[in-house]
Amino acid sequence: MIGAICRDCGASQSGPRLQPDRCEVCASPRLLAHAELHDLAIAHIDCDAFYASVEKRERPELANKPVIVGGQKRGVVAACCYIARLKGVHSAMPMFQARKACPDAVVIPPDMELYRRVGGQIRELMLDVTPLVEPLSVDEAFLDLSGTERLHGGSPAQTLTRLITRIEDEIGVTASVGLSHNKFLAKLASDMDKPRGFQVIGRAETLALLAPMPVGAIWGVGKMLKAKLQRSGIKTIGQLAQIGEAELIKQYGVIGRRLAHLSKGLDTRAVNPHGNAKSVSAETTFSKNMKDAKALSSRLWPLCETVARRLKARDLAAKTVTLKLKTSGFQILTRSRSLAAPTQLAEVLFRQARQLLDKEADGRSFRLIGIGASGFAETESADMPDLLDRRVETYAKVENAMNAVREKFGAPAIKKGRSLL
Amino acid sequence: MKITIERGLLLKVLAHIQSIVERRNTIPILSNVKFDAPDGRLSLNATDMDLDIVETIPADVTVNGSTTAPAHTLFDIVRKLPEGAQVELDCTGDDGQLVLVAGRSRFTLSCLPTEDFPVLSGGELPHSFAISVDELKNLIDRTRFAISTEETRYYLNGIYIHAADSDGTPVLRAVATDGHRLASVDLPLPVGAADMPGVIVPRKTVTELRKLIEDAEGEVQLSLSDTKIRFAFEDCVLTSKLIDGTFPDYDRVIPAENDKELEVDAKQFAAAVDRVSAISTEKSRAVKLSLSAGNLMLSASSPDNDTATEELSVNYDAGEIEIGFNSRYLLDITQQIDGELARLKLSDAASPTLVQDSGDDSALYVLMPMRV
Repeated sequence: MIGAICRDCGASQSGPRLQPDRCEVCASPRLLAHAELHDLAIAHIDCDAFYASVEKRERPELANKPVIVGGQKRGVVAACCYIARLKGVHSAMPMFQARKACPDAVVIPPDMELYRRVGGQIRELMLDVTPLVEPLSVDEAFLDLSGTERLHGGSPAQTLTRLITRIEDEIGVTASVGLSHNKFLAKLASDMDKPRGFQVIGRAETLALLAPMPVGAIWGVGKMLKAKLQRSGIKTIGQLAQIGEAELIKQYGVIGRRLAHLSKGLDTRAVNPHGNAKSVSAETTFSKNMKDAKALSSRLWPLCETVARRLKARDLAAKTVTLKLKTSGFQILTRSRSLAAPTQLAEVLFRQARQLLDKEADGRSFRLIGIGASGFAETESADMPDLLDRRVETYAKVENAMNAVREKFGAPAIKKGRSLL
Repeated sequence: MKITIERGLLLKVLAHIQSIVERRNTIPILSNVKFDAPDGRLSLNATDMDLDIVETIPADVTVNGSTTAPAHTLFDIVRKLPEGAQVELDCTGDDGQLVLVAGRSRFTLSCLPTEDFPVLSGGELPHSFAISVDELKNLIDRTRFAISTEETRYYLNGIYIHAADSDGTPVLRAVATDGHRLASVDLPLPVGAADMPGVIVPRKTVTELRKLIEDAEGEVQLSLSDTKIRFAFEDCVLTSKLIDGTFPDYDRVIPAENDKELEVDAKQFAAAVDRVSAISTEKSRAVKLSLSAGNLMLSASSPDNDTATEELSVNYDAGEIEIGFNSRYLLDITQQIDGELARLKLSDAASPTLVQDSGDDSALYVLMPMRV
């Protein structure tokens, strides 16, 4: 029997219904039916016209007006609502063109801070259903819901419909879902039924569905590669799937392997919750502005510990340390330094940041201090023993021991003297 | 000043000059090259305030004088002039501009007053000695790869040159280290160097000096004080500030007690390390050495579980040991060994390893292992 659920009330459809295209509980027409519906667990969730939707949420009077988010005169469309899309506006369109296509549009400059905050709230809701959330941007993410059936009392598809309803109710924006058996297909699916969509791609129809699609739909195939493929007469994914992996690698290099796999709907990339982090940082705003280098550096130390803990938790090591300061006049200063070798130690971050701080703490008054770590490398080469400074090994041991104590007794259980200043 | 000079000769000197002049300068005159034309000679001078170069070449001087003009622009112009062209430089006009004429091309460049040009070359350099160009090249080539780029330990950002004692023989020693590897090379101590202070020659100076002596012959005269060093050879004088810091006590980190001795064909070893490290990536660079009696197995793997192994017959009988190194670092060092056999002295998987040329005690390398 084909699995089916109602996207509005979430009810699983048990048997033959009086009205076959309506929910047997709430009579909604938004039914989701697919043979593999309850067997698929990899989802891609993408909010619909996110920036514009958030703006409409903030200003209900705009609900029925075309809204474009982007630079005022110059610049391009960052997002546009579906009303504006009817007039032919699309994202990345130059603003003057968009205004011409849709003269009555309300143009709003982007408020990234707001979108990030709302995106963060959505992320929290996602994390409520699975820890395996891989954010791709502020408003889209991959979710792996494998093994959550018992926990949520339902298949991933059911959990997802509930999640989408929650996002609509609690956040006030809509999102589209792609559900399939891997990331490539899930992302493809979420784009097929927008807005407020829910598209399922099962294993059975994968090949048939991909075959007629243009090669450009494959993740990683840009303009250049597309043109190259077309010169060889390859226009559709189906054509690609006919060619052997060895041949594709010979023709197109490393990417050939990806083409071979994805064209057959194969994608083994796991949903990686930390896959996209570019930097890890922590900052704090003071209740009273600070000038004194010593006092500033005592505030810096716990931040270094936080960043180091996050690095260790994500199994990352950073090659660049960035110190951030905000002056009493709200001027933001950032000072970066590259390390000779990657680190995940608070002590190393702190020593670097303090040197940067010493140069800036020249009597100016600051309201915020922060530290960032970026330029990630494999932890294997991190904090290698140093010929001249055998203390590095000691720092690593001390920090690991402190972390162990904290895991057991909580963060305040153990501190370094310098944070007590 | 009015002079005529052959394009090729001028280009060669300007190439040296422009390499020292920073592309972006907050102080305008630092973008300029200073010309000085006393009788029959032209000297060109450029500086970045840390490093100063003066090169003197023969020229047909019609009117003596001096001026300064933008170095990169001049280099660009002279580079584009046809080969064999005669270049005339003339700043005798009233408008304070330098006129460059070659064939039917004519350029006028704005000048800045010579008096504003900073003088770095001054100050007394009490210690002076000479070494051959080849010896200097050897000193630089065998140590520069280990110079650190780490800003925190700025005193490692150069080569430490000092008078030392090698088993009772006085030597001139060059040492560089970045904490992961260390290179130390000795020369017989030249006359006049015994009392020299230990000095740290900055990386940029080393790089520029090495380029300048590439085609040079004969001897290089070194003069130095606590704060400056000067290299004089052929028509060129390079003066540099020294790194103001204390080089660490490197002797402490050179292992003396390592008892596991391995001898391996240097060329084969370097080639094998190079081959297995083909598997390693930007992210993972470890290569593992597994030693057993008479046998060395090199292995590497990538995060995708690609693997590589290669076996070598070696002179070794000090018990089984496994030790990992950064393949790049190991390669840097193995490539320094010119002799037939490389000698590695190991202790354990966590302690520094000593690498030497079996037939040449003048250079030694220390390499810190990696966890594998």
